[in-house]
This record gives sequence, C-alpha cells and structure tokens, in this order.
Amino acid sequence: MNGFNFPMSPDSASNFAGEYDAIFAVLTILTIVFTLLVAGLVIFFAFRYREGTKVDRSRPIYEHLPLELTWTIIPLLLGLVVFFAGAHLFVRMRTPPKDAMDIYVVGKQWMWHAQHAPSGVRENNSLHVPVGKPVRLTMISQDVIHAFFIPEFRIQYHVVPGRYTTQWFTATKAGVYHLFCNMYCGTQHSEMGGYVYAMEPQDYAKWLAEGGNDVKPMSPEQRGAAAYNRLGCGNCHTDKDTERAPTLYGLMGKTRKFTDGSSLVADEDYIRKSIVDPYAHITAGYQNTMSVYNTVDEEEILNLVAYIKSLGTSSEPKANPTLAAGKGLQTSGANYTGKPRFTDGAITYDHPKMAGPHGRNLAVGAISSEEKEANR
Amino acid sequence: MSSIAGNITDLPEDQERKHYLNDGTSLKSWLTTGDHKRIAILYLISISFFFLLGGIFASMIRIELTSPSGVLMESETYNKIFSGHGIVMIFLFLVPSIPAVFGNFALPLMIGARDLAFPRLNLLSWYTYMLGGLLILTGLILGGTDSGWTFYAPYSSMYSHGTVALTLTGIFVAGFSSIFTGINFIVTVHKMRAPGMTWFRLPLFVWAMYATSVIIILGTPVVAITLALIMVERVTGIGIFSPELGGDPVLFQHMFWFYSHPAVYIMILPSFGVISELIANFSRKRVFGYHFVAFSTLAIAGLGFLVWGHHMFVSSQSMYQSVVFSLISFLVAVPSAIKIFNWTATLYKGNIRLQTPMIYALCFLGLFTIGGLTGLFLASMGTDVHLTATYFVVAHFHYVMVGGALTGFLGALHYWWPKMTGRMYPDGIGKVNALLVFIGFTLTFMPQFIVGYMGMPRRYHYYYFAPEFQPYHIASSLGASVLALSFVIPGIYLTWSLFKGPKASANPWGAHGLEWETTSPPDSHNFHHIPVVTDEVYDFPGVEYAHPSHGKKKKKAKDAEGAPTSKETH
Repeated sequence: MNGFNFPMSPDSASNFAGEYDAIFAVLTILTIVFTLLVAGLVIFFAFRYREGTKVDRSRPIYEHLPLELTWTIIPLLLGLVVFFAGAHLFVRMRTPPKDAMDIYVVGKQWMWHAQHAPSGVRENNSLHVPVGKPVRLTMISQDVIHAFFIPEFRIQYHVVPGRYTTQWFTATKAGVYHLFCNMYCGTQHSEMGGYVYAMEPQDYAKWLAEGGNDVKPMSPEQRGAAAYNRLGCGNCHTDKDTERAPTLYGLMGKTRKFTDGSSLVADEDYIRKSIVDPYAHITAGYQNTMSVYNTVDEEEILNLVAYIKSLGTSSEPKANPTLAAGKGLQTSGANYTGKPRFTDGAITYDHPKMAGPHGRNLAVGAISSEEKEANR
Repeated sequence: MSSIAGNITDLPEDQERKHYLNDGTSLKSWLTTGDHKRIAILYLISISFFFLLGGIFASMIRIELTSPSGVLMESETYNKIFSGHGIVMIFLFLVPSIPAVFGNFALPLMIGARDLAFPRLNLLSWYTYMLGGLLILTGLILGGTDSGWTFYAPYSSMYSHGTVALTLTGIFVAGFSSIFTGINFIVTVHKMRAPGMTWFRLPLFVWAMYATSVIIILGTPVVAITLALIMVERVTGIGIFSPELGGDPVLFQHMFWFYSHPAVYIMILPSFGVISELIANFSRKRVFGYHFVAFSTLAIAGLGFLVWGHHMFVSSQSMYQSVVFSLISFLVAVPSAIKIFNWTATLYKGNIRLQTPMIYALCFLGLFTIGGLTGLFLASMGTDVHLTATYFVVAHFHYVMVGGALTGFLGALHYWWPKMTGRMYPDGIGKVNALLVFIGFTLTFMPQFIVGYMGMPRRYHYYYFAPEFQPYHIASSLGASVLALSFVIPGIYLTWSLFKGPKASANPWGAHGLEWETTSPPDSHNFHHIPVVTDEVYDFPGVEYAHPSHGKKKKKAKDAEGAPTSKETH
C-alpha cells in the first residue's frame, strides 16, 4: 500500500501472517457471498411479492425438509472447514519450537519491560527481535491483566498476574511495528505500548553487543527527565500548582516560604535536600505527603536537579517531561534505520500534534525507552 | 379469522371507552398497577431514558475518537464514559428492552391470557429494575466506574478507583428484575394459554420469550454471584480472583462469560421472536419451517451455555479447552443460519406489505447476517488471536446488539405501537427513518471492522502513535451522527402520534394473532371472554394450503376443529 496512505490491512511480518490472512480471506469471502445471497433474495422477494403485484402466489410452501437440511448442512460443513483451519493455526501458535530464543516480558501499569535471555539486555516499551529466528516470549504481569499484541505479527496473548504465559513468533520482514496492550488495564491503557523493531540478524547482534544502547549520549537534563518520569515526580509536580504539590516550573532562584515560617531561595542544594528529605522544608500551603526518595543515587539526583533547573525561571514550560523523554525515543532507532510503515512521524511520540494531548505527563511506570539507560 | 373471540366491542364512538390507559389516570394508579400493559409502559419510559443516557455516552466516545489525541476529555474520563456506555446499554437497556416492554405487553395478549401469572411480581420487577438503575446512576454521578462493563479482575477488585462497588450493587439488583420477569413468563406460558392455544400454535415471539426466560433464570444468578464476589474481594480483601490475595483472575472470566455469553442470546432471541412475527404478518404467510424456527430458538438457548470459552482463547485457558469451545461455537452458528434462511424463504410467494415494521425486519435480516457471519472470525481460534479485543469485536457485537437487537426493538415498537397507544404514526416518515437507521448503522460500524483488522484495540482513548487509524474513526463518527439522528426522529413522530395521531383500528396491519383481536388499546382485562383458538398460527385467510405436507397438517387440524383440545399440550 505504498504511496496510498489508506491501508486496509496490517502489514504481514511474521510466520503466522500468511496462514492467518488466508483464513481471514476465506471468511471474508464467505461473509460477502452469504450476505449478498440473503440480501439479494430479500430484496428480490420483497419487490416481486409486494402487495398488489400480479405474480403467481399459488401453491406456497410452508415446510420443506430437504431445503431445511440443505441450509443446515452446508453452513455446518463450511463452518467445520473454517474451524479446522483456525484450530490448525492456533495449535501452531501455541506450540513454540524448541530452538526458540527467549525474551522475558513483564507488564505493569502502564509499561512493558523486556529482557533478552542470553545477553540480559533490557528494554522498555519496545521489543527488538531478529528476523528469521523464532522468538518465545515468556510473560507475566506485576498488577492487572494486560495483553501483548503485535498486529503485524498476528499474535496476541494475555499477560496475567500470578502465572507465566507464553507466545512465540518468527519475524519475517524487517521493519517497525506496533506494540499494543490490548487488555484494558486502567487510566493510561491506550498509551501502554510502543514499537517492535524487527531487525536483520546482524543488526540485532550489533544492537545486543552495544548493550541495546541505541540511545545517543544524553545530556544530564535528558537523563534527569527520564528519571523524573520513572520516579513519577510528575504525578504531583505538574506544570502548575495543584492541591497535592507545588509546580517545579520556574523553581530555581525563586524564594520559597515554608510552613515553619522560614524561607529560602531555591538552589541546587535545596532541590537535592527536598528529594532525599522532603520533610525538612515543607512549602507553605502543602502537607508532608511526599515519599522519601533516599534510594535514588547521587548521579541520578544530579540529573534530576539539572532537569528541574532546565524547567526554567518562567512559568512557561520550557520542556515537558514527556516531550523531553520523547526526544530520546526519536533517536532510539539510531543504529537501526527502519521507518514506520505509514508516516515518518508515527514513531516519534514527540511530534507536536501527536504527543500526549494537553502536554500531559505520563504517570508512574509509563516511561520512555530512554529510561532503559537510567535503569540499567 | 376463525377464533371465537367476540371481543371487538362495537361502541359507536370510543371516546369514552374505558381501556387500560384511561382506567385510572392518577400517578398512584400507574405506580401501583398490576396490569402487565401498564408495567410495559413504565418499562418503556424507563428504558428509553437509559437508552438516551447510553446514547449520549456513545456520542461522546465517537466525538472523542475523531482525533488521535482526544477532543473532549482526559483518559480517566474517557474510560468512565465507555464503561458507562456499556453498563447502561447492556444491563439497563438491551437485557430488559424487548422482554420487559413488548414481552410484558404482548405475551399475555398473544396467548389469550388476562395478565401474567404473577402481576405483583411483575410490578416488583419494575421497581427492582428502577432501584438497580438508580444505584448505577448514583454511581455515575458520584464519579463513575472505569472498569468496563466486563469488570475483569483484578483490575475491578483491586486497582480501579471508581464507584465499582455501587455499580456492581446496581447490576446485582437489576438482575433480579430479569429473574422475576423470566419466572413470570415461564409460568404464564405453561399455565395460562387460552383453550386451543397448543404449544405449536404459539406465535414464535412467545417461543422466543420462553427460551429467553429459561436463559435468564439459569444465567443471571451466576453473574450475580460473580459480581458479588468481586464486591467481597474489593470491600473485605478476601482473596478470590486477585493473585495477590491468592485468587485466580481467570476464574473470574469463566464465571463472568458463563452468564455474559448467554446474555447475548438474552438480548438477541427476543429480537428473533419479533422478526418472526413481522416477517409472517407482513408477508401474510405462515413462517416457513415454523418448527425449525421454534426449535432453533431452543437449540440456541441450550448451546449458548456451552460456548463461553470463546471469549478466552488468549486468556491462558488450556489449548484443548479452547478447541472444544471453538467447535461448539461453530455449531451454535447453525441454528442462527437456519432462522435467517427460513425467514427469507417465508417471503417467497408472500403478499408483502412494505410498512415501517417490515422495513425494520428486512434491515434486520441484512445486518444480522453480517453480525452472525463476522462472529465466525472470532469463533475460529487462529483468527481470534489477532482480532480479539480489537475494533473488529466492537463492530461484530454492535452488528448483533444494535443491528440485531435494537433493530428488532424498533420494529416491535412500530408494530405494537398502535395496539399500545391506540394511535397511528406517519408510515412514510417511519419507512424513511428505518432506512436511515440502516444507513447510519452501516456507516458507523463497517469502518470499525477494517480498523479492527488493522489492529486498533478497543477501549483505546488515544491512537496518536497509529495515525493510520484516523480516517476510519472519522468515517465511523460521521455514521454515528446519522444514526443518532435516526433515533431522534422516531422520538418526535411517536410523541406526535401519541397526541395527534389518527386513531388505530383493532388490527391496523391485518395481522394474525390474538393481540389483534381485542381493541386498540386493549381493555384492562384484555379480553371480555377468553378466546378459544381453533386456527393455526399465522393462518391467514385467503391463502391456499396446497402443499402436501401442510395439507396433511391441515386435515388433522380439521379433525380437531369444533372441539379444540390440548392434545399437543404437554
């Protein structure tokens, strides 16, 4: 469908897609044929036998066993054929080959986390796989039920808490494909997803060898934005003051008043202190509801401070955490030059119109692929 | 017509004639009535309100999805809106719609009874429904539920922040109203048929009501228990479904679908019954293969209980289990196919009057055929893997629920409206509007099949990462506005008809059936004398019965004529 940006079917990019599409086509033809048959007969009869027409209505039929058996048995047989075809495909989908490569997947509200088995390379909200090699996903959820769905591969399976589920596929075509969570899992269900990168084996090997690090060297601000996102700071500290927390936009250099009457000009030290010991100074008008982030290491705190400084001295948001994180995502294909199928913009979450609406922040867990850097 | 009914009172001007609508006009006389016809009207008003509410939610969803990154609301709100749409439409509109309104109104009339077996239980059913509806409404006002109408655990029991417990209580309570109606119908059909009204003289609508009632009383208690268990887990923290507490989330899905798949038949079987009535009466012809249609209804009711696992092919149930569920799902498709072909064959050599109810019936045939056949994509395990929980499923069940059940509801409304109100509506506008429903519906849901096949997951608020879906969503939303218009128009002309419409005769359609032998609107007690049935069902005068197999039957019937017996009654 190149050049004609109005696709009617998903790309076929796995070993199941061919058989799948064949069954789908047969069913589509059956549907169209039977619908036209019924619709044609209904319209023809309704027209021919409408009240007042002079047509032969003598000897009407009320029961006709051979006819009844005909339209019982033909649909039944056709149905059984489709049943066996569907069952065959399903059994194939449920029986992974022994030599399949393992990738472990954890789903949680609202992100995917994957670990490539032999190498230990990890990634979030994306999945890099080699073309031509069977891949078995072993999946579990940390909270509610999710579903790991790659439309272009025609595969989907629930990711259930408390038990491992598996599915497998062999990618057959290099490219960038959709990864969706397809089991309703809460507020940001629709944003729990990312992209699947099917890569030529040598590209995949290279990707693994580089530790999956397909992210360009990041500035402290970018790393800080990722950490900000991952720690869920933005849940409370949004771009304006909320009842839960003051905004951090324009914090740097501002005078803060505290509940004990004292005040301070916000500087790097104050920001660091507020992260590791938030109760030391509580801004006037707020409660001591923030958790203590004393497990964040100093390097990350430095990044966070750099990021919060970058939020500017004006209240005008300079860099939205989501958008800043998106920059990393744009470069995440740095050593893999696959283009998304439909539009060049599809892969970049940070396109102004396609970014999270209203410049919203992603909540806990919904982290960008860039965060894998921070996570490692 | 050879029934010895003698009920049509020949009062010269029935301005003063007492009928069920003016037999007591105070609010109290309505709220304490035991009359099945008045309770049907109460139900009609209440479900229309909830349909409007669900429709508003649907419009908001369609507006929201015209843009990949939303128009009106935040994700949390969107989730509550689509959940509200599902909960209101399914539990407060579709499940009670045809049985509680038209079953209540027409079933006793059709079998020649003065009322249902338990009039007070019937009234209690309405109050129970209203209480359930009120609880659900309160839940919506207090913030809404965001767990979808399916309430999958552990999301609903552990993670959702909405008013889940209140909503579940509402559904639990509303379930009892279905059970009461179901019990009432079963007893009424067994015990209160008029003399001569044998089982195989029952109109197919009555068969459908009977089968629906059986499903209701077998299935509803299961969902009530399941939802109650969710409440227990949510409120007390006793582990049932959540693995964190030692429960099993897949168990919930088994219990939920054990009811909720048959619930699909609770919604569609009544519509089948309506369509049988409409096709037969507007073709002036006995339904082709009456026995096949009647028994296919029972077959669907029976097999419908054995297919719930086809909702769970990818939910980690055993592969072998899936194979069995898939096979039975293909089997249950056959009785539906039988019905479609029998209805089509009924038209052959008929004397077809293309009036409003019949247009709805013909639209139903087209829409339900597509709805049924696209079900095969989902019954087939391999194809279901990719399609499950995408917009393909959304389109499929809307074809069945809206294209099937709602079209049947509108057909029934236009068919029995003169009997219920004693007034006619403008048939021309009605016919055009029926076509508008068809067009709007097709425009709304056809694009959803394609976007679903492309991979658009259901319950997605944003799709800015997949902009290729947008054209289909815009097409669907445009269709939805046509569809919305086609629901507003009947509201206008039916209201007009209520006050200004021409008076309806006892049998404005020339239909066959006991309900058309009494006045429009009927007296409070339906019949002055209980009718004695001597003719076969859908036995239109002036129609030749030359077919050998029917001739034999006719002979048998003739033997029995004059001395109507209940030899076929069990």
